[in-house]
Amino acid sequence: MSALDAISRWAIPLMVLVIPVYGYLKGVPVYEAFIEGASEGLLVVARIVPYLVAILVVLGIFRDSGALGWLVGFMQPVLGPLGVPGETIPLLFIRPMSGGAALGIVANLINTYGPDSFIGRLASTIQGSTDTTLYVLTLYFGSVGIKKYRYALKVGLLADLAGFIASVVICHLVFG
Amino acid sequence: MLNLIWLMLLIFGIAAAAIGGDITIVTRALTSSAKEAIDIVLGFIGIICFWLGMMRIAEKSGLVRQLARLLDPLINLLFPSIPPGHPAKGSIMMNMAANLLGMGSAATPLGLKAMEELQQLNPDKSEASPAMCTFLAVNTSAITLIPATVVALRAAAGSRNPTEIVGTTLVATFCSSATAIILDAHFRRRDRLRRGRQ
Repeated sequence: MSALDAISRWAIPLMVLVIPVYGYLKGVPVYEAFIEGASEGLLVVARIVPYLVAILVVLGIFRDSGALGWLVGFMQPVLGPLGVPGETIPLLFIRPMSGGAALGIVANLINTYGPDSFIGRLASTIQGSTDTTLYVLTLYFGSVGIKKYRYALKVGLLADLAGFIASVVICHLVFG
Repeated sequence: MLNLIWLMLLIFGIAAAAIGGDITIVTRALTSSAKEAIDIVLGFIGIICFWLGMMRIAEKSGLVRQLARLLDPLINLLFPSIPPGHPAKGSIMMNMAANLLGMGSAATPLGLKAMEELQQLNPDKSEASPAMCTFLAVNTSAITLIPATVVALRAAAGSRNPTEIVGTTLVATFCSSATAIILDAHFRRRDRLRRGRQ
């Protein structure tokens, strides 16, 4: 597992070194290009805000009212022994539908339990290894007018489930 | 579907507060959650700008294109139905490369372009072609080398080692991609056999 740890430590510093150096050697005005790309950041963030508000408010009510505790208690006997913390169960349902909403849940778990808690690490791994299958399919097929998806939805959702299960297993192995 | 889940969470939450005897929880929860949303966003504006800046350099220097070229043998293996030299291959490659680097905003336009080109090869314009299904299977289980947003979130929350989840994410994402590719191949074969019989 130390190889994984090494990748985790080195990946970002290396990228941050290699990308600008390579760009400079290729004659890219690296500073101007950086500013140009970074300017889009505000736009991206502004686009995320409505998703975050929509999901966090509803989840906040669901959680503080005690309804989440009830749901988790209900699923815990099944998923608990399998090593799935109840708090991450909502992610399993929301992740395929909305990336923004799932990000809201992950942010909330990280802030509530701490980024270095098991739940924080697991939620981070799940968010990074699954995708907004329903959204992507709707967008991509919709853009070319495809109405019959064949088996694409089934494959995408099962792959998300595989990512979720793999996240639980690998997090137990590495951080457990 | 998201509409229904969203509404259900709301209804059950308010109902639970009413049953619990303190309905003011709802008002307090919605006020503090809305504020939390903004706190979260403020925490990662900077790092998102940073990565978008980096990615623009990678794009302009041709690094993304280089990566795409590395993926060529993989594309030929996954999409045998696309004729050699067809532009769909280029778009799929660029889309995969952008996904690999976690450049969601660059990946989407490239992906839509790939769909358009795959549609030209599609005999039935209202039904997904097998190549489209494979493309979306690969796309939605996308391998991401650097989950930049999550790392930024963790850093903003004061993690001692925000990038420690990169390794676990790689392993998990590999499992989901492998599942997608295997299942896609399986369903494609079954679909072809069934249609052959009709």
